[in-house]
Amino acid sequence: METINKHKNHITAISFGLLLIGFLASIMGSGEISDLALIIATILASIPIFVKAYQALRMKAFSIDLLVSIAVLGAVYLQDYTESSVVTFLFLFGDYLEARTLEKTRSSLKELVDMAPQEATVIRGGEAVIIPVEAVVAGDQVIVRSGGKVPVDGRILSGQAALNEAAITGESIPATKRADDRVFSSTMVDNGYIEIIAEKVGNDTTFAKIIELVEEAQESKTKTEKFLDKFSSIYTPAIVILSILVYVITRDLRLAITFLVIACPGALVIGAPVSSVAGIGNGAKNGVLVKGGEIIDTFSKVDMIIFDKTGTLTKGKPEVTAIKTFTKRSENELLGLVARAETISEHHLGQTIVKEALARRLHVPLNSAPVMGEVVKGSGILATINGHTLAVGNRRLMDSNHIPLSQEAAEYAEGQEKAGNTAIFAAVDGELEGIISIADQIREDAHAALKAMRNSGIKKMIMLTGDNRHTAELVARKLGLDDYFAELTPEDKANYVKKQKEAGHVVAMAGDGINDAPAIAVADIGLAMGEGGTDVAMETADIVLMADKLMQMSHAYSLSKATMRNMKQNTTLAVLTVVVLLIGVLIGSVHLAAGMFIHEASVLLVILNAMRLIRFNNRRTKESRKVPVIHPYEI
Amino acid sequence: MTKAVFQLEPLTCPSCIKKIETTLNKTTGVESTRVLFNTSKVKIEFDEVQVKASKIEETIKKLGYPVLSSKVS
Repeated sequence: METINKHKNHITAISFGLLLIGFLASIMGSGEISDLALIIATILASIPIFVKAYQALRMKAFSIDLLVSIAVLGAVYLQDYTESSVVTFLFLFGDYLEARTLEKTRSSLKELVDMAPQEATVIRGGEAVIIPVEAVVAGDQVIVRSGGKVPVDGRILSGQAALNEAAITGESIPATKRADDRVFSSTMVDNGYIEIIAEKVGNDTTFAKIIELVEEAQESKTKTEKFLDKFSSIYTPAIVILSILVYVITRDLRLAITFLVIACPGALVIGAPVSSVAGIGNGAKNGVLVKGGEIIDTFSKVDMIIFDKTGTLTKGKPEVTAIKTFTKRSENELLGLVARAETISEHHLGQTIVKEALARRLHVPLNSAPVMGEVVKGSGILATINGHTLAVGNRRLMDSNHIPLSQEAAEYAEGQEKAGNTAIFAAVDGELEGIISIADQIREDAHAALKAMRNSGIKKMIMLTGDNRHTAELVARKLGLDDYFAELTPEDKANYVKKQKEAGHVVAMAGDGINDAPAIAVADIGLAMGEGGTDVAMETADIVLMADKLMQMSHAYSLSKATMRNMKQNTTLAVLTVVVLLIGVLIGSVHLAAGMFIHEASVLLVILNAMRLIRFNNRRTKESRKVPVIHPYEI
Repeated sequence: MTKAVFQLEPLTCPSCIKKIETTLNKTTGVESTRVLFNTSKVKIEFDEVQVKASKIEETIKKLGYPVLSSKVS
């Protein structure tokens, strides 16, 4: 039986040749040769169909092959060899074309799977050895050279390299990574050399999880698909019963077997799923993970997007934007002092100051004797450095330590805050010496992405943030948002989303997936942005944007609309085909071969239509890569 | 409970799914079967004591679907 399957394509080709011979002979007036050729063609092409029908029957499964088999036997009984040979040929040829085109709609995922690494170079017993990727265990030291693939998720131990992370993020511009940076399995070293410590291997890597998630997503069904499944499960038996009735009443075997052939629901069953498979595949290739057909359906109906500010509309990486000094101490001198004090702080603002000092190559001893000092929760820090007492923090800290603010300083601080900064006051020995401004930059592609989404049909865009009112207002104004709410807790955000849903909006919530988790969970669609996709984000959100780019959100939105459009086109085409076939058969203008032809053609049409989705919107995503980089100090 | 994934040749008819799923689920020792149509994979959970992975592979082949590769974990 396996050999028959293997030679199915040959059988199809030979039966096509025999069909040609049969027709030519009939034109030249040789009826006997024609019949002979067509009979052989019928028998040959029937074999694989009969085998499949038998296999299914043995498992008590009611298959399409069985219907076609009965129809062919009927045609042979009527001695209509033209019909029988054309039907069997078309059925086999259609099957071949379907397999080829279906493969194309599934190609996005296959391309992704093919990026999986096969082997790894690890250090075992002091020597570098090449082993299959399955044999790598967590804790192994792995070497990756230029052109090589990172085989595991891990951390760079030493070395530096430009990594192409397209497999994870869909972004093919290489990113430079050095010691202590995280690297992901299946990313490629463009140039450079790195040694990494394996942290996650095999099925635990981010890449393996992406593949698993996309595979599962492609299987999940939309409401349309479920409906069509049900419809076709009624349609097929109904037509079969109808064909028996037709035979019993009219005694017209020809009409009855024609019914059997059109009973295959073909395009109806495959039309909607191919669209969502192609859509989800397109997303995966562009770094957008959509968790199923149902999600695409809902997302396409979203009319309100609620954004978290930090890490979603902004980069989530605060930077020092300005340092103002009020005494003769220089900028760098003050920064160096403050940074040493801030080494005791775990607050992200404190760490930003330390990072800035290191970036300016100032001497900040990180591992020497601990700095004497204390952290004042919600205010700042107090510390003693080189015999000086330092107070670094907000206004409240200055007040409680009786440090006077000059009018100049107060005005400067307010101005900085209105420009979107957090002002940090630095006092040395009881006197205010300077103000350090820290700000989180708006994402470079935010403006373009929001505009694109508005054009695609988002009616309202709202920002929710835990940050202060000044900063929130500034970001909202710069991006042209419809509304904003500041100083919110995670619960407030979730409640707001709930309220909007009750008001009749279809709401998408976009956040970083960690502290916005409650709001993401209550929204109709939860979008998570996370560099490299954190595990939490991949679990809670409905859609994960792997490259951490807002432009991907816009792509996902238009993709979901295009996919739903495509699905509707396919469903319409499928239903129309059924109607046309039924009417055609009833008025007697569609016969066996023509029926089979229309049926196969409709199946191919819906697959070809879905294939358009694979290439959808590539142009626009590429444009977003050209967005100029704004230097943090220019704003 | 053992898990296995079988990679088949590209599946073209959605009705194949039912055929494979019902047959395998009737096999003793098989806990659950899922056929992924779009990736042409069979995901199966079974009791290694009652049924061997090779036996399951044989069953799938007999149904008319050649197994390209298998992964037992």
